[in-house]
Amino acid sequence: MTEKNTVLIDGQVVPLNGEKSILELTRKIGIELPTFCYHSELSLYGACRMCVVEIEGRGIMASCSTPPAPGMKILTNSPRVQRVRRTVLELLLANHDRECTTCDRNGTCKLQELANRFGVKKIRFGERDLKLPLDTSSPSLVRDPNKCILCGDCVRMCSEVQGIGVLDFNGRGSSAQVTPAFHKALAEVDCVNCGQCSAVCPTAAIVVKDETDQAWAALNNPAKLVVAQVAPAVRVALGEEFGLPAGELVTGKVVAALKRLGFDKVFDTSLAADLTVIEETNEFIGRLKKGERLPQFTSCCPGWVKYAEHNEAEYVKNLSSCRSPQQMFGSLVKKHWAPELGKKPAEIFVVSIMPCTAKKYEARLPQFTTDGVPDVDLVLTTQELARMIREAGLRFDQLEVESFDTPFGFTTGAGVIFGATGGVAEAVLRAAHELVTGEPIEQVNFTAVRGFEHRKEATVEIAGQQLKVAVVHGLGNAKALLKDLKEGKVHYDLIEVMACPGGCIGGAGQPIATNPETKKERAKGIYNADKLSQIRKAQDNPVVAKFYERWLEKPNSHVAHEALHTAYVNRSRINGEQIQLLTSKQKEQADVAVCVGTCCYLKGSYDTLKKFMQQAEAAKVTEKINLYATFCLEGCEQSPAIKINNKIINGVTPDKAEKVFKEKILPELE
Amino acid sequence: MKQELAMAMPGEKQSSTYQRKFEKVNEVINRLGRSRSALIPILQEVQEEYRYLPEEILTYIATALDLSPASVFGVATFYAQFSLEPKGKYVIKICDGTACHVRGSDPVREAVLKRFNLAGKKKTTDDLRFTVETVSCLGACGLAPVVMINDKIYGQMTPEAINLIIDEIMKEEAKDE
Repeated sequence: MTEKNTVLIDGQVVPLNGEKSILELTRKIGIELPTFCYHSELSLYGACRMCVVEIEGRGIMASCSTPPAPGMKILTNSPRVQRVRRTVLELLLANHDRECTTCDRNGTCKLQELANRFGVKKIRFGERDLKLPLDTSSPSLVRDPNKCILCGDCVRMCSEVQGIGVLDFNGRGSSAQVTPAFHKALAEVDCVNCGQCSAVCPTAAIVVKDETDQAWAALNNPAKLVVAQVAPAVRVALGEEFGLPAGELVTGKVVAALKRLGFDKVFDTSLAADLTVIEETNEFIGRLKKGERLPQFTSCCPGWVKYAEHNEAEYVKNLSSCRSPQQMFGSLVKKHWAPELGKKPAEIFVVSIMPCTAKKYEARLPQFTTDGVPDVDLVLTTQELARMIREAGLRFDQLEVESFDTPFGFTTGAGVIFGATGGVAEAVLRAAHELVTGEPIEQVNFTAVRGFEHRKEATVEIAGQQLKVAVVHGLGNAKALLKDLKEGKVHYDLIEVMACPGGCIGGAGQPIATNPETKKERAKGIYNADKLSQIRKAQDNPVVAKFYERWLEKPNSHVAHEALHTAYVNRSRINGEQIQLLTSKQKEQADVAVCVGTCCYLKGSYDTLKKFMQQAEAAKVTEKINLYATFCLEGCEQSPAIKINNKIINGVTPDKAEKVFKEKILPELE
Repeated sequence: MKQELAMAMPGEKQSSTYQRKFEKVNEVINRLGRSRSALIPILQEVQEEYRYLPEEILTYIATALDLSPASVFGVATFYAQFSLEPKGKYVIKICDGTACHVRGSDPVREAVLKRFNLAGKKKTTDDLRFTVETVSCLGACGLAPVVMINDKIYGQMTPEAINLIIDEIMKEEAKDE
């Protein structure tokens, strides 16, 4: 080996094999340099300066953003490196709210871990006395700016992986912060509650909202029958919190733990997922026959649904009208099962155990509450359940396994694979052929839609028709797919979208995973559970068949629609003020607002606005009109939208502006 | 706020002012293009028109450039040249660079602040006529202490001299009304 393709790290000769950074190289030879801002799935940032090394002749450099060059002499733990690292940590800690004992991330905080690892015992700098307010507006997340170390991981996660960009840096120097636009609250902007920001946050600057208190209160309320439903992805991840390997199937222990915590009944969300498969497949077949609203998009993921409502108005009608399995379950329990028990819906308390932070938001949507009683009363993430188990002092690894209760306990492999990206599409494919042709299929594994590739495609022949299926995970990938779809570059019939990378197993409510292999192990666990299932297809689930017999008549029936389907809305991206253009001082006046939100703007709403101004001048009524440019009237599907005295008119393209002005606006002034 | 802003511009009708400004925003965006790299020049020109960057206009620019409002807000708050608060019709920049400082810029600033009753974070008068800022160097050290009002430089300032200049501006303003 010549010096040409080697470097010297701490005296060790290390060959170069095209590594992009010194950090990558050191990890290969078993040296774990500390990092905050380095994530393999995000772009390089080089801001935290934790990964510094000393390079002979060049001094102290950040290893994450320095490519190795042949002949380099690198020291990873020299006295100088140690000193710099400690100072960086001290400076970060000086700006950090160090109330560790009451912190959500106590024990899982990277800053705490590194301060301990590098022996920071004393901080030479004074503490920051400015305390900023917490943002608790989101149903899913809590943002604490006092804990933020400005590593920018959340910023890059939201914009690069999720394609949204809710968070960004603002201000500079000592007043720099990471917040939504204009310091707005998370609930006022287009945050989809996926929580991936919290999953990459090294500290507790963004955490999952802890609602375990409400669970304890319900469990201690004798008037309530407390029912749990457990999502598929939870059973391959909860073990991690108690020292078990990622991907280990702990279904029986989860059930046992919930029973020990005091839940009266423990059910499986996978059963509701089977029901979703039946409803969604029938809906899909119906659309195929009529050739309408295709491609059909899956709607199990509330993060994706909210993203579509904010950003993809023209495709909202293409979303499956099926509720997510969580909401189907809640609805069946409260509307159909409760009466059979002789109970009122309010006497049953449904707690979902989910890998997901957006499910907290979904459960609170107004359409999922009937007469003031929500279908799902409380959503706990995997993290929160682990906290309850620890609080109760249960030795999770030693629990004797138990099985789910009836009637919502019998599941198939199809319902379980919902937990991984590609699972919904595969479950639908397992059902579609059979529901169309009546002939059962032998081969149930559709491996083309499995795995972690950004976009997965499969073509399946059903009754002589070639159907194209696409699967994406991570909203950035969904955004790219939708762009191709709009430009006519691709054609699909069915598209599965999961907001989180990897699907639900990578949800932000899962135990915080620092190892990128963790998600792959969880996915393996999911597919193992599927393989071990006696029944692999949703349509073969005898309990689902019984539900149709007892409660739901047949798939997509009127009563099934009532209980299992929903409708979507258009949502504005930001709660913004209006831009004032004309101001009336007269008594007879009209308020006219023209939407300049993304959808309408792209369809030429500014020209509509301009035409209105010209018309107003021509008709000499500028003094009688309050004219505004506004951000989103939530009528995006038929944009551009305008509002005349609280009445919304859609589709006012520039060529129709003159007509609308004369027929709708002028009469208002008379 | 908007009402006050309109009142601070005598001789102009409110409506036509809003309309003209908004048309200007669109003209600027069209002229400079909708690329990411055009953001700063767009913000500069828009600020010249509005004398600050209103939230709703920043949202509009984000929409037009297909950027997230958070990113546009980030740029607008990063640079000291951008203001998200309305500025006065006259921006008085008092230099406190080394040369000006040793030649007595402090008393000049004190005199101006006292005259307009400004202190702490309050830098703009209630009638939106004057904004007082301290800057680090205007590059005219030979004339120290230096004050710049809008685009005009005034050298060798004293508390008395700056008060006379402000008197003149007030007189002009009174005539306009």
